[in-house]
Amino acid sequence: MNKTWLIIKREYLTRVTKKTFIILTLLGPILMAGLITAIMWIGMEDSEHQRILVVDDQYPTFEILKSTSDVEFDYDNYTIEYAKEIFYKSDYTAVLYIPKNIAYANNAMLYFKKQPSLNSIKNIENKVEKIVEDLKLELFKIDRADFEKVNTNFHLNAVKFSSEGTEEKMDTEKNAVGFVFGLMIYFFIFLYGVQVMRGVIEEKTSRIVEVIISSVKPFQLMMGKIIGVAMVGLTQFLLWIILTTILYTFAVTLIIGNNYGADVVSSTQMSAEIMQNMQPDNGISAKQLIENGNIISRINFPLMLSMFGFYFLFGYLLYSAMFAAVGSAVDSETDVQQFMLPITLPLIAAYMISIFAVQNPNGPAAFWFSIFPLTSPIVMMVRLAIGVGDGGIPLWEVATSMALLIIGFVITVWLASKIYRIGLLMYGKRPSYKEMLRWLIKAEK
Amino acid sequence: MILQINQVSKIFSGHQALTDVSFDIEKGKIFGLLGPNGAGKTTLIRIINKILEPESGSVYFNGKAITNHAVRSIGYLPEERGLYKKMKVGEQLLYLAQLKGVEKSEALVRIKNWLTKLDLLDWSKSKVEDLSKGMQQKIQFISTVLHDPELIILDEPFSGFDPINTNLIKNEIKALQEKGTTIIFSTHNMESVEEICDDIVLINRSKKILEGSVEEIKNSFKENLFHLKFKGDLIGFTNALWTDFELMAKKNNGNLHEVKVKSTNGKSLNVLLEHTIKEVEILHAQEILPSMNEIFINQVSKENLQDE
Repeated sequence: MNKTWLIIKREYLTRVTKKTFIILTLLGPILMAGLITAIMWIGMEDSEHQRILVVDDQYPTFEILKSTSDVEFDYDNYTIEYAKEIFYKSDYTAVLYIPKNIAYANNAMLYFKKQPSLNSIKNIENKVEKIVEDLKLELFKIDRADFEKVNTNFHLNAVKFSSEGTEEKMDTEKNAVGFVFGLMIYFFIFLYGVQVMRGVIEEKTSRIVEVIISSVKPFQLMMGKIIGVAMVGLTQFLLWIILTTILYTFAVTLIIGNNYGADVVSSTQMSAEIMQNMQPDNGISAKQLIENGNIISRINFPLMLSMFGFYFLFGYLLYSAMFAAVGSAVDSETDVQQFMLPITLPLIAAYMISIFAVQNPNGPAAFWFSIFPLTSPIVMMVRLAIGVGDGGIPLWEVATSMALLIIGFVITVWLASKIYRIGLLMYGKRPSYKEMLRWLIKAEK
Repeated sequence: MILQINQVSKIFSGHQALTDVSFDIEKGKIFGLLGPNGAGKTTLIRIINKILEPESGSVYFNGKAITNHAVRSIGYLPEERGLYKKMKVGEQLLYLAQLKGVEKSEALVRIKNWLTKLDLLDWSKSKVEDLSKGMQQKIQFISTVLHDPELIILDEPFSGFDPINTNLIKNEIKALQEKGTTIIFSTHNMESVEEICDDIVLINRSKKILEGSVEEIKNSFKENLFHLKFKGDLIGFTNALWTDFELMAKKNNGNLHEVKVKSTNGKSLNVLLEHTIKEVEILHAQEILPSMNEIFINQVSKENLQDE
């Protein structure tokens, strides 16, 4: 144990004092905070001004299009050919072409130079839609007031009902948060697993490994390396969380507090208005946009973070043992490719299944793959977002999944160490899968 | 006996690496473990270090079956050796010493002593990759002896060493022997064997084919050949040989002669001198013993011929 501790210490210290570790640790939160603020900033930055030339084959039906502060409509009796001709030389940002049969086709064209924002397009769409509606109302001799009476804005509210009688709205957003957690596990298993593999290859190619294993057992060396890298990963997480929080708080106060104080209000109002209009066809995404603040409060973060800790740790431990075995079987990193399939296949499968699990977290695929140790670290994270116990995932499923992951880890480490022990001292010739299988079966003392 | 190898056999997926190999190593000796490439030397060494387990047979260290704990008293310099390139010299030596169970404070003192002795103290804070190859080899040697082992196993220690380092390390090996350390020296470089080994074992194709002290072995393979230098008449010299000796080769420069003579019936150098000293002026006389290199080549090729 004492020697394993020495190995862990060395693996840890040589990695955390490396320049790349320090740079990545510092850069990570800056990138992350930058990304988050950039997304927020882009979301707010909707005050683009559109000057649109309207070409109307039903001239002058659409003359009534109203200009607003954001969108200015210029109405003229041009043909579309002529409009296209002059478009690029003009200062119009877009050309709106309304064909003659619009009342039947329900389609118009918007030619742009620079991609307008989603909000702008929705805005224009709503304005045109309103006129088309009027057109149809007139055509079918329907009174607008009557139409408003029957125009239904239907919405089905799915509500989770717990045994205690509390009600909670069902959210796919929650699953999306779970998906992000799962994705992080996927990413970090690769990131740190590859570090273990590189470490093993380094020891092999620098030929120090035989000196080391004359002092410690190969198993101690492998576990020392795996645990050392795990601690590096946990250190990096901790620093990332701390630094991201600091940077995020800082960035939010700076950008939102000062520069965009006024605009936030107006853009939120605008989005709310758009949301109202968008409801029938795209309710969820609009709600997501607005209720972003809300979702964070609905996620059980202590549960998610502790589960993330568990599934990351054991998922990583399980896979890194496999990475270590692969590292021991090859002479250089360029030879790794042929042995990566058994590692990448379950990981990618887990990733794909977690995409489906977002839609249906209690479906059979999500269930089975969240129990199976090779895929559970990723798939279970997606499912966990809806909560454990009442209305969420049954507790026994989580417990089974966790227990199986630990068992899976023990078995994988045991198998991997068999390959590792023999692979370490093999130079020159790359073993085949068949040969590695023989190493596994042959119980060498 | 510090080490006893008892009928050790090892098989690697159908390939017999060692077949019933037995020998003993006396404490305080420099022991040569000889054999051509692929004979099984490294496998045997790995078994002694408990990196591998034998299929059958046993290894005794100081009279007891060898344990992982006992392996701590062994210093091992493998043939495939290296260091962590990105680690600093001092840190690396400390790490390797601690893995062998040396206390940190004690290890630091020894590291400083050894680095001073081998003129590397200024480099202790440098990364290994910044050192020359010769310096790295010295560091590897230091790492082998830092924990003050009772038994040191050197697998092809001089492969890749320049002559200056070779000499330096040879002197260190001898100094360690004087302190009572036993050294196993695995090589196919016969010159160094003759120079420093007391006893040897020769392994070929997984089997032990020869063992004993260097002196004994050389004597047992002698062909009763003598080398003489003399001044005088060659015909008179040849006549004086009688039927006891036979002239094998000759070389002359004026009346200065150099000859190789073989005893036909086991007569000694003294008899040869008695016969000839009246005829010519003897300048130099010596029995020709076979070199370890010749014995090695003869024995190995003889074995291989028999097998085929």
